[in-house]
Amino acid sequence: MLARTADNLYWLARYVERADHVARIIEASSRLAALPRAYGGETNEWESALISTGGLKRFGAVGAEPNESSVVSFLVFDADNPSSIHNCVEAARRNARAVRTALTVETWEAINGAWLELTKFERARTAGKRLDRDELGRLLAIVKKMALDVDGSAYRMMLRNDAFYFMRLGHFVERADNTARLLDVKYHVLLPESEAVGGSLDYFQWTAILRAVSAHTAYHWVYRQSIKPWLVADLLILKPDMPRSLVSCYENIVRWLDLLSRLYGRQGAAQRHARATLSKLQAADLRSIFQSGLHEFIETFIDDNDRLGTIMAEQYLVH
Amino acid sequence: MGDTGFFDEMGGAATPREVYRRLARFLDETPPDLLASRRAQAELLFRRIGITFAVYGDKDAAERLIPFDIIPRLVARSEWTKLERGLFQRVKALNMFLTDIYGEQAILRAGIVPAELVLRNAGYRPEMAGWRAPHDVWVHIAGIDVIRVDDADFYVLEDNARTPSGVSYMLENREAMIRLFPDLFAEHRVAPIDDYPDRLLSTLRSVAPHSTSGEPTVVVLTPGQFNSAYYEHSFLADKLGVELVEGGDLFVRDDVVYMRTTIGPQRVDVIYRRIDDEFLDPLAFRPDSVLGAPGLMGACHAGNVTLANAVGAGVSDDKAIYTYMPEIIRFYAGEEPILKNVPTWRCREPKALTYVLDHLSELVVKEVNGSGGYGMLIGPHASKNAISEFRAKLKANPANFIAQPTLSLSTCPTAVEAGVAPRHVDLRPFVLTGANGMTVSPGGLTRVAMKAGSLVVNSSQGGGTKDTWVIDDA
Repeated sequence: MLARTADNLYWLARYVERADHVARIIEASSRLAALPRAYGGETNEWESALISTGGLKRFGAVGAEPNESSVVSFLVFDADNPSSIHNCVEAARRNARAVRTALTVETWEAINGAWLELTKFERARTAGKRLDRDELGRLLAIVKKMALDVDGSAYRMMLRNDAFYFMRLGHFVERADNTARLLDVKYHVLLPESEAVGGSLDYFQWTAILRAVSAHTAYHWVYRQSIKPWLVADLLILKPDMPRSLVSCYENIVRWLDLLSRLYGRQGAAQRHARATLSKLQAADLRSIFQSGLHEFIETFIDDNDRLGTIMAEQYLVH
Repeated sequence: MGDTGFFDEMGGAATPREVYRRLARFLDETPPDLLASRRAQAELLFRRIGITFAVYGDKDAAERLIPFDIIPRLVARSEWTKLERGLFQRVKALNMFLTDIYGEQAILRAGIVPAELVLRNAGYRPEMAGWRAPHDVWVHIAGIDVIRVDDADFYVLEDNARTPSGVSYMLENREAMIRLFPDLFAEHRVAPIDDYPDRLLSTLRSVAPHSTSGEPTVVVLTPGQFNSAYYEHSFLADKLGVELVEGGDLFVRDDVVYMRTTIGPQRVDVIYRRIDDEFLDPLAFRPDSVLGAPGLMGACHAGNVTLANAVGAGVSDDKAIYTYMPEIIRFYAGEEPILKNVPTWRCREPKALTYVLDHLSELVVKEVNGSGGYGMLIGPHASKNAISEFRAKLKANPANFIAQPTLSLSTCPTAVEAGVAPRHVDLRPFVLTGANGMTVSPGGLTRVAMKAGSLVVNSSQGGGTKDTWVIDDA
């Protein structure tokens, strides 16, 4: 297929995934921020939301105090924030339009429908109407539904060819990045000793992380015990049955890359790099991760994941 | 309906023409609110099955939907057969004319068409002189706009030999009709058109360069998603099962065209281009164009790629050349034209110009290079001011204009707010020419002026479309 088409599909999936992530981060942060001060500890939830969506630096340029209203508007609408929901959905739509022959009607409708809804919110906002919490909830629900519909319609209806594989790769590379960044922002509350230091005050931080990746219920099914910070890390890094865990993302990435190489009849640097990253994850255990440093482990992972994106681009997307 | 002074293709409701008998009864028996609900359903269907893709940026999205009329236009098989013969004759002559003027120029030497009209024409490409199109086909896809003024003849209003559009509407309209009126459709036993993409693909493959080894690779070349016809480009690529490429996806090395794919460069043999000549190759034409691919013309001249339609074909659909089409057909085919031309005054000729200037309020005056209904004067509908402004333009550059009588385009029953009413229509059949012969899908795109009394059917001017049914004579 055309390299440009593959690139569009890959980024379309990444932007959809990112929009979903930003929506979930806003939800989880709102919940935390609404707690009485005594439960919130020293952290500013809205600043964490900025860090885990990669927008802290750009937000700094705005010069506003990071609070609910300023951060929500930055994360949802800001045209200068490349990861704002507005920009993600618009970019997803632009990519979808450019490759509409490669998509099903349903996939297109999921993206275009969400985009049309968003423009309504934006018009109301331009007209000076404040976005209250009800409205915000509705907006975030639309974004999350878009992600489900894009995923679901592709899964149910697309031909299993390279178009499908590149979309899947986009979803999982972005998802791995999102989970890793979320962990990185919160790593200090996940350290084993933090239970002693912070006591149960951090409990709500841990549940917030789980909620952000919709794993709150899953946690209990997997571990059948109250929430322990190291188990939250275990779930999000090492558990293959958790669909947003780093290891699950990489099992998928390796799988789709292998199918791609089978279709094209050759393996390349992307396949080798993905397998190496997966092996590292599979070989790791929680104790050694904490011993050598959770932060360092995640930083290395984020770099590896970024590098996969670059290698894939060289191998398939630019010629 | 027959009292408007125009030829109505259905005829009066009491005495419908034979071909319309069944439809007239249907319209008579169908309650108005059912038609209204079908109209609403059609609109939904169109948003769903794709026209939504034509939606541009934002706010004007709704205006961009081209209105679809749910009442089909009927053509009897016997009428169609005659029209089809006429179309083949005309398009064949167009191709022979192009081969000739870029080759031996016999028609110019014979004085049939003035040489300067061809050689100094904006659509004439001197770069192509001496070039031989593969299989002598220049116009692979032609859209010939025809009209009726009575039940005897079809007249050609315009030849479109560059990148005629609208075929996606022809196909989508049919799909919509089958869903909206399954009974009516089945009863009429309509000649099918859904094989158009197959016909197009085999036409395109048939003209692959001789140097092609194995199955030729065909692509559709689009200016990109911001072009107004992008929906059609993607629709066609999808139906043909070929890649939809933009200029940036192509590159030329050693006079061979490649597209950039996920497994590296892949050779391209045939390009169905929906980009105008000037933008195809910045090395040969407009240097500022980013829509095409540098070196494309070199590859074309080297015989390593076929462009459909060929570069330079536009000279044949120029409105000044149009006026010579009857002579052109006689010259190459040695027979009388089956389809008539609309009588036309060439303003470049002093006698004609005098007549036109004296009768501006009765005539339609068009620019020879214009399209889409822009830059024209419709005398009977124009204000005094508009006429005097146009008079000045015409005097300044008479050779740029032709004039025609206000045509009494036929009308067809059309669903409007108030029920069913006659509206003016034209017809654009799509004629394909390849190494394997000529073919045309029965029917074509009927364009309809949705406003009462309006004669302008162009979609850019508020025109709509209808499905066209070719049905067997009773």
